[in-house]
Amino acid sequence: MYQTNYHRASSIDEATAILAGAEDGKFVAGGQTLIPTMKQRLAAPSDLVDLRHIGDLKGVSVENGEVRIGAGATHAEVAGDSTLGTVSPAICHLAAHIGDPHVRHMGTIGGSIANNDPAADYPAAMLALSATVHTSKRDIAADDFFVGLFETALEEDELITAVSFTIPEKAGYAKFPNPASRYALAGVFVVKRPDGVRVAVTGAGEDGVFRVAPFEDALSDTFDVSALEGAAVPADGLMSDIHASAEYRANLVAVMAKRAVEAANG
Amino acid sequence: MADVSMTVNGRKVSATVEDRTLLVHFLREEQRLTGTHVGCDTSQCGACVVHVDGKAVKSCTMLAAQASGSEVVTIEGLANGSELHPVQAAFKEHHGLQCGFCTPGMIMAAVDMIRRYPQGLDEKTVREELEGNICRCTGYQNIVKAILAASASMRGDAARAA
Ligand SMILES: Cc1cc2nc3c(=O)[nH]c(=O)nc-3n(C[C@H](O)[C@H](O)[C@H](O)COP(=O)(O)OP(=O)(O)OC[C@H]3O[C@@H](n4cnc5c(N)ncnc54)[C@H](O)[C@@H]3O)c2cc1C
Ligand code: FES
Ligand code: FES
Repeated sequence: MYQTNYHRASSIDEATAILAGAEDGKFVAGGQTLIPTMKQRLAAPSDLVDLRHIGDLKGVSVENGEVRIGAGATHAEVAGDSTLGTVSPAICHLAAHIGDPHVRHMGTIGGSIANNDPAADYPAAMLALSATVHTSKRDIAADDFFVGLFETALEEDELITAVSFTIPEKAGYAKFPNPASRYALAGVFVVKRPDGVRVAVTGAGEDGVFRVAPFEDALSDTFDVSALEGAAVPADGLMSDIHASAEYRANLVAVMAKRAVEAANG
Repeated sequence: MADVSMTVNGRKVSATVEDRTLLVHFLREEQRLTGTHVGCDTSQCGACVVHVDGKAVKSCTMLAAQASGSEVVTIEGLANGSELHPVQAAFKEHHGLQCGFCTPGMIMAAVDMIRRYPQGLDEKTVREELEGNICRCTGYQNIVKAILAASASMRGDAARAA
């Protein structure tokens, strides 16, 4: 790891101010992506601004049908939140299957979506839930937030403070984990609301998380696994790597979509 | 440089270290607590697991500066003098190790796991919970056995104490 300067912020304003004054600084939340990347010397921020001690980024709340998850909520906290487990168990299930227990004790939802790894779990949930990403500057719809591979709408000095979404009627998530890394080879999050169904896929797309319109139309008619009988996504635009070919991923997307619907109807 | 102070196995320690110092290097090289191991450079093997403020974390994926102000417990902090912690005793009893390289991380993960499942553990849960701890020797069989036995004996002790 290259040299860096560590700073601990105690408020959102302090964090953004330190970053603004740094030559090439980065926020660090759980560090479960950034520290390994720095160890590999793939990132070399001049300064690190630690967000873990900012009270305003913590906590999960459910009020008037709206869920709000602080950017600093760890995967373990989301997985274990009993109120969230009652109103939206799919998101708890997702969080409970990220990496391993030690990663879940540190890693945060804010760090996960800021990083927008094409195989990360949360982006699929955010997109399918039509979530809003709240930042130190503005509110961004999930539809506009995830721009591409490891790319988001965030500006350099913009800090995610929370995400929020309306409690869905039904939701389900199924992922086929890479047996070594546990990241998704393909993960599908489905959400049913009175105005229709949204289906978002992670792990498979060359440009990161994406929606599948034909699956959404079929499920909006009949929210049942039978609606996806014979349904398929083209292998075009899907990732091919040592772990899986685009064709295999295309098949996994259809299978995971069915399992996600089953989980939602469960 | 970062001024770092924390409690390690109940003892207050402080040092001035490079900001980039990983917690595992702080423990091994500054504190000479070499029970915590480094088995990979990709944050995947779990040989480095310690407890920070009561939670199992990978000490190779946290800066010492991030842990400043925290309570850290390492494998050296588990035994009570010459009396092994019940999880250590169970690993010995059930032969939950061969070369022993993964063992400190396995035991720290197991203690954390048992704490999070006060209602008890089953084999499937233990195997899932060991996702972040890799062992190249044992095939996991006896590790799982040891954790199940420790969980049962610790619940028995808790019941007797109540
Ligand atoms: C062994 C292992 C297995 C894993 N498996 C999975 C998996 O199965 N699925 C999965 O989805 N993920 C997985 N991860 C990644 C994990 O979920 C990370 O915790 C997550 O991607 C990043 O969150 P973090 O809080 O650790 O962020 P950090 O590593 O601290 O930061 C990541 C990036 O986000 C930025 N950032 C952090 N917080 C904010 C904020 N509030 N506002 C703006 N920018 C911010 C940082 O500057 C940095 O660029 C795994 C990680 C490891 C080490
Ligand atoms: S040394 Fe391998 S996970 Fe920390
Ligand atoms: S006992 Fe050798 S790696 Fe586990």
